[in-house]
Amino acid sequence: MKIELTRQKVHNEFAKKVELISGQNLFACYQCGNCTAGCPISFAMEIGPHEAIRYTLLGLEEEVLGVNTFWLCASCLQCTSRCPKGIDIARVMDALRMVVLRRKERRDHIQISEFPEGFLEKVPQIAFISGFRKFLS
Amino acid sequence: MDYLYFPGCTLYTKAKNFDQTARNCSLLLGFELKELPNWTCCGATFPLATDNLMALLPPARILASAREQGTVLTTLCAVCFNVIKRTNRLFQEDGEKRDKINNFIEKNYQGDLRVVHYLEILKQEVGFPQLKERVKRPLTGLRAAPYYGCMLLRPFEEMEFDDKERPTIFEGFLEALGAKVVEFPYKIECCGSFQSVGSPDVATECAYKILGSAMKNGAEVVVSTCPMCTFNIDHKQSDIKQKYLDFKTIPVLYFTQLLGIAMGLDHRTLGFEQNFVDPLPLLKGKGLV
Repeated sequence: MKIELTRQKVHNEFAKKVELISGQNLFACYQCGNCTAGCPISFAMEIGPHEAIRYTLLGLEEEVLGVNTFWLCASCLQCTSRCPKGIDIARVMDALRMVVLRRKERRDHIQISEFPEGFLEKVPQIAFISGFRKFLS
Repeated sequence: MDYLYFPGCTLYTKAKNFDQTARNCSLLLGFELKELPNWTCCGATFPLATDNLMALLPPARILASAREQGTVLTTLCAVCFNVIKRTNRLFQEDGEKRDKINNFIEKNYQGDLRVVHYLEILKQEVGFPQLKERVKRPLTGLRAAPYYGCMLLRPFEEMEFDDKERPTIFEGFLEALGAKVVEFPYKIECCGSFQSVGSPDVATECAYKILGSAMKNGAEVVVSTCPMCTFNIDHKQSDIKQKYLDFKTIPVLYFTQLLGIAMGLDHRTLGFEQNFVDPLPLLKGKGLV
């Protein structure tokens, strides 16, 4: 991916929207990578949470909304608990989810009709309810 | 003393063994869990988007209704505990959101309820030394790994449950029962949580790391406080076995099931049929049932 180095994209509308939904100051992030290092799911993420923040700050909206990072976040708050700058990173991940789920075309991340047979009987209610809240528009 | 008790949806269905053992043990320990009437689901996740007040309505309703009945509310499920305690905190600290939600649900709840977890009752009200004295069948020789998961501990500033990196309440509990506590580095790592619905393979991998770490450190049983964790680290062991052929299964018990054994309850009342990995061979081998 080509990234043009310019100051113009900083303070973009997309970053402002993510800051508004998450209630976090993304500019506090100094890219130490502590969140990504401690994340139990970062092994499966296309970019780390700290990179997702950087992309957002640079206004790379389509690029950051296209990765699996924030969908894989389990809101375990390990990153939030360890961020030396006090950013609640899990809230940032949730805000990215919200930006997608609140779009007009309402693209759900999971399709209930595609669950394998017997899945509903096996998985506890608690997992469905939190999953639906995180993945459905 | 009796405690108002919020069971939550999963404890009425797929984690009946958690609910029943806790109720039975509390009677033996001299307190009763009085179920909150007309309770609803807590929402199963604390909304992280700051503008999402709708998701706060179910826990707010639960809190307001509990306050009409008493001053202390207890839960067993770590997720419910997290959602309800965080919402209570928000009611204490954010007057604007409190008023808005109160107006919507037509209540006047001010955040003046104390939300405690069952483990906190055992520690603070019963006391671990006193609990130890009441143990009828000490779990001597049982190497148990306490698995905290995330929801009891984080966010540390709001949960105020225990140390965020090195918690000890669970260890104190297991020691009081006479078990040998197994320290393992994954005790506060995430089980994958609701990713068992979104990306099941990722949750399987998380569970594999947690169980592998516990077994490597000598655990014979992993002890849980949460039906979500228990699904991921117990029931998903069949998925782990399919992926890692040399994986050996390990029983996962709710902490109240171990408490039940130690309090001398008949093992047929402990609901082991709902545990995926049968703990009976291990417990028989240790002479505990």
